[in-house]
Formats: sequence, structure tokens, C-alpha cells
Amino acid sequence: MCGIAGYRDDALGAPEGLALLVAMTRAIAHRGPDAAGHWAEAGIGLGHRRLSIVGLADGQQPMADPEAGLMLSYNGEVFNFPELRAELEQRGHRFRTHSDTEVILKLYREYGADCVSHINGDFAFALWDRPNRRLLLARDRMGVRPLYWARTGTGIVFASEAKALFCHPQLSAELDPPALDQIFTLWSPLAPRTIFKGIFELPPAHLMLFQGGKPQIRPYWQLDYPDEADASQTGSAQSVAEEVLDLLTDATRIRLRADVPVGSYLSGGLDSAIVAALAAREKPDGLSTFSVAFESAEYDESAYQHEMVSALGTEHAQVLCRNADIADVFPDVVRMVERPVLRTAPAPLHLLSALVRAKGYKVVLTGEGADEVFAGYDIFKEAKVRRFCARDPKSQGRALLFKRLYPYLPEFQKQNASYLAAYFGVEAARLDDPLFSHRPRFRSTSAAKLFFSADLKATLAGYDAAEELAAQLPARFGHWHPLHQAQFLETRYLLPGYILSAQGDRMAMAHGVEGRFPFLDHRLVELAAGISPALKLRGLEEKHILRRATAHLMPKTIGRRTKQPYRAPDSAAFAASDAPYDAAALSRRAVAQAGMFNPDAVQKLQAKLAAGKLSGFRDNAGFVGVLSGQLWHGQFSVTNTLDQSQPTYGRELT
Amino acid sequence: MDMTAHDRIRAFIIENFLFGDADSMVENSASLIDNEIIDSTAVLELVAFIEESLAVPVADSDIVPANLDSVDAIARFVAERGAGPATRGNPECVSRAF
Repeated sequence: MCGIAGYRDDALGAPEGLALLVAMTRAIAHRGPDAAGHWAEAGIGLGHRRLSIVGLADGQQPMADPEAGLMLSYNGEVFNFPELRAELEQRGHRFRTHSDTEVILKLYREYGADCVSHINGDFAFALWDRPNRRLLLARDRMGVRPLYWARTGTGIVFASEAKALFCHPQLSAELDPPALDQIFTLWSPLAPRTIFKGIFELPPAHLMLFQGGKPQIRPYWQLDYPDEADASQTGSAQSVAEEVLDLLTDATRIRLRADVPVGSYLSGGLDSAIVAALAAREKPDGLSTFSVAFESAEYDESAYQHEMVSALGTEHAQVLCRNADIADVFPDVVRMVERPVLRTAPAPLHLLSALVRAKGYKVVLTGEGADEVFAGYDIFKEAKVRRFCARDPKSQGRALLFKRLYPYLPEFQKQNASYLAAYFGVEAARLDDPLFSHRPRFRSTSAAKLFFSADLKATLAGYDAAEELAAQLPARFGHWHPLHQAQFLETRYLLPGYILSAQGDRMAMAHGVEGRFPFLDHRLVELAAGISPALKLRGLEEKHILRRATAHLMPKTIGRRTKQPYRAPDSAAFAASDAPYDAAALSRRAVAQAGMFNPDAVQKLQAKLAAGKLSGFRDNAGFVGVLSGQLWHGQFSVTNTLDQSQPTYGRELT
Repeated sequence: MDMTAHDRIRAFIIENFLFGDADSMVENSASLIDNEIIDSTAVLELVAFIEESLAVPVADSDIVPANLDSVDAIARFVAERGAGPATRGNPECVSRAF
């Protein structure tokens, strides 16, 4: 795993271009501590930071194909590269190296921009085609690897992280107000928008061709589901389970391909247990596993982790996450995720990747993606119960089902069923609302916008992030089963926008560790999309078919565990902290200067935290959102332009 | 002691749930849930306020929207269940809360 950077700009000659590349790759040096490489000629430059995993001796980048006049800077892994290489050799291509990087060059020679469709992997790359004066930027289907770009006066710059783009003299960090509204509604900006005005993300499964001064962006793959009427027509549960296991086994097997050792995360939950169990089978000489333990019993899953370690006989290492640790690493977390976040959940993963690195590993498998692909999240159950209750809103009996949700949230469980029914908006619910499944989440998250400053509220007047999301849903969305609609919203938006980014790539790459995700193999994603909703969420049992397929791989206590989502202490982590940034970032003066939040409300929020009275989703999201927003503002030297900015809604990209 | 129960409840909500942002406060008859002022966990803070500052005990079965989902509903509930904060209120708690 690596970091890439580059530009296409006829105004930049090679000498000044190289200087820019050096600065850009230095800004993302954490992504690739093993080597740096730069290449530039008139009007084009590519840079690279390398974390060497495959083709250790001869995989340096940027890599050229001199015969074809191609140059490539690539971040990621092509897991099916041995198969692709064999195919390409049959077609007459000769390889000079042992790396998967060269496979992309040959694939491009064979298929042009459509080469991406042949890759099973996680990647973001920039490929310069000199004969055609054409730059190709591409990103993997699920959005595992990041890629950002921006226009300069005379061209474009791009990089794995936005911070590298600010090395360009014409670019500086400015807040994009609708993106902040999106974070405080949907948890992440809607790609291509980012929190930085004028900085765009290449969306997952998209490629960009830049030729003749104009970028053309298009998707090369789309997540799709069967029509609702056909959704239940899949094979028998047993045959589907066998198919799932076969494909998952293969997805795990090809993700163990590396010239360095590959370890596995172990959370104590079902998904990482499956991945670790399958990996352990492939590695008879032993597997190393890594986990986080929490000081706070509410979040700790150590007992389940140890049970799985004993069952598999892995070499296990654990890092203890104390509340104070979260506060300590939080500024670096914000520097890495490059935007405000509403949860501290990335922070323990920052500690975990440091542990992995300290143990000499730089590649880990994780169970991420199983909840999106096989319907594991509580939001799917919640939507099912809400839909059931909404058909008979006055029913007291139906409302009792709400008590079946969120068994791990004691505050929630104290609620009366009729209060929960009211909170979930059963009476007012519109069953044909495309965002039906996500309305309670969006509503409870939006409540934290209370802390927005008057200027920000004025700038955003009339803007509705959820409506912008609804407006960009694919035409087929309305034909899908309600569970598939909810799965799509999680898989297409929250997964790349937050889970794989803030909790995934950024936290692992903070310490030069590459995460690999067997559940996100696109073959498995496509298979699971076609499985009947009744086999995925059976009654209120989440991931039914996955459990059935993998029950034999682990102790029953793990295989039958109800989903406990990964969480971390939020505002509580800061209550006991004496970290100096805390007070400075949230001071009345700092808040007023940044202009994003209301200084009076932030003062009261801090007082409530100090009094030990901060509770509830809104208060916690508000505190973490304000603190990370303030840290973000300071770290990226964001200019306060709110008082003069005009609303910039809609899509700038045309 | 000129504050009515309605005023006290409004003041508590503005201070505790709206962090002083009185402009976002709704009318006494409006739903606190529908207007995103109280979420499913924050209602427990409201219950604590009613018990501690208004000195009216709240049973689990009382925690229903009909009793607690608007300023009017809370005031009605308090008036029905307690002798009223003016006579039953714990002065220490009241002064701390306001």
C-alpha cells in the first residue's frame, strides 16, 4: 500500500514539477515509508511513496512501460495478478518485474481504460499515456483506496490524501459548507464533494480521463440488486450457503498473497472471526492476530477475542485502549481523516495499526464489509421493525418489538416502547420514502447542527443534505426490496465515505499498514446482492446466510453472537483528559475565529461535559463533531470565509 | 418565584438541550421529539429534571410521549402528579438547575 501524487499542467516544466512532487509525497510519507519516487516531464508529473508488499526488489514506482510510452503511479493491490499475468503472457506480453504494478501497465495496453474491469483488487492509480497525451485516474469498486483531485488555474493535481494537494501554491484549505452539513447529517460528504471547497474525491468505481484540458468522469461498475418481485427467487439456503463459503474462501485466499507476512484483525465479533478462521486454514504455519481491548467494559470484547484466539491457536497481540489514549491520539486522527467526524471510533484503530506495525506486520485482513454486504447492521433491523409498526401505528404490541433493538445500549433499553415508537416516527413515516431506513439516523445526527454558528446556518439556509442524497439515487433504486435499498445506502455511501476512509484506510495508513477486506471482493458483493432478503435478515436475525455458511469455523458462542457494533467512548474520553489542545481548540476565541460553531453553545457543551452530564446521541456527536471540526480548522489553516461566501449548492462537476 | 412551571420547563430545555439557543425553542404545544429537541436517550435527562428539580416522581410507566413530549404535556403531568414545584421543590436542586 502506498501513496500517490501528481499533476497534469502544461504550465509546469519538469524542474518546478519535481519540486512540487517532492513536497506532495512528503506530505503523505506515512503511507509509504519504504521508498519515494518521482518522475516529471513537460506538463506531467507522477510521484509515489512506497510500502513494499509485492515484488519487493523490483516494484519501484512510478513504473514505466517504455515501449508503449506509459507511466504509472499506483496505490493498492491487484489480488488476481497471477491469473491476469498468465493471461497477458499468453497474449504475448513480456514482464520485467514480479510486481502487480506491471500487470496494470500491460492490462492498459491490452484494454485501454477498460483495464479496470479486469482487476479484482483495491486500487487508486494514475496512468500517463504519452502517445495519446491522456491521463487516466481510477479507483476501486468499493472505495477502499482514496483519490482526491483539484483544478489549478492551468491543469489538475491529484493525490491519495487532500493534504498533499495543498502543497500546490494555488490551493488553500477552505470550508465547503454543504459538505459540513452532509457530515452532520449523513456522517460523510457525498462524493465527489469533500469538506474542502474545490477539492474533489474521485468516487468509488469511477475513472477519470483527462485529455485536452477537460476531465471526463464515469462509473465503470455499479452495485445493483434484483427487482423486488424477483428478489426472493434464489436457490435453497443450503446451496446458497455453500456458494457463499466457496467464494469467501477464495476471496480470503487471494488476499493472503504478499511477499511479506499477512496478519488478521480480531474484534471478537463474527466477521473478523470468519476471516481469521479462513486465513488460519490457508496458513498452516500459523497466523498472527491483533485486537483492541477497552478499559471501559461497555465497549470491551476481550473475552470473545480470547475465545477465538484459543480456537484458532493464533499468535495474538492486543492493545489496551484507555479513555485517555483516545484523547491523546485524537488530534492525529483528525489530521489523518482530514475532516470533522462525529465519533471517536477511528481512534482505537489508530492505536491498533501502531501495534501491528510495532509487531513487524504491514498487511492485515479485516472483517469490514460483512455488515453491509450480508445485512448485519442494526439499522436494517430497525427499519424492518419501523416498517412493520408503521403499517399499524396504534398497535401497542408491535411497538414492543423496538425493545428487541440495541440490546447493548442501556439508556435505550430503559425507554418505554411507546416512547421508542414516537422517537422512530412510526406514525408520520412514509413507507415510500427512499430514505425510510435512514431517517431516524439522519434526524438524530442532524440535531447536532444546533452547534453551527449563525453565519453557517445563514449560509446553509434552505439546504438539505438528505434531499441531495435522495436526488442522486440510481433510477433502479425504487425497484429494489426495502432491505436492498437500505443496504445500498450503507454500501454506496457510508462504507466508502466513512467506514473505509475514516476508520479504514486513514487509520491503517497512519502507520503504514494495509487493510484487506475479503467481504468486499466484488464477486462476493455481487453474489450477496442477489441473495434473497429473507436469507440475509431472517426475522430479526442478521447475516443469517453468512452464519449458516460459516458456523463450523468457530465456537458457537461467537457464531451465534448478536451483532455488537464496534464503538468507542465518545465525549467520555475527553471528560477526564487534561490534553491542552482540548481547551485551546474549544476556547471561545478559537471557536469564534473559525466561525463554524456557536461559541456560547460550545461553552455550555463543555460545561455539561465537565459536570458529567453529557449524554445522548446529540450531545456526543455534537462534542466530537465540534472538537474535531476545531482541530481540523487549525491543522489545515482553513480560511474563515463564511461571512462572505455565497451558497454553493448543486454539483460543480459537469 | 414568579416563574411558572411552563417557564421553568422551557428554561431547562433551552439550557440543557439547546445549549442556550432560545431561537430554536418551539411553542409549548409542539412536539419535542418531532422538532429534534429530545432524542431517545435525552428523555432520561428530562425525567431526572422533573424528579430532582420539580420534585415529582416519575414511574417507568409514566415515561410516555403523552406525558412528556411537549412543554404543555410536562406541565400538565407535573400539575397532576405533584403539588407543584413551588411547594414541593427542593430549593438546592432548583437553584443549581437554573
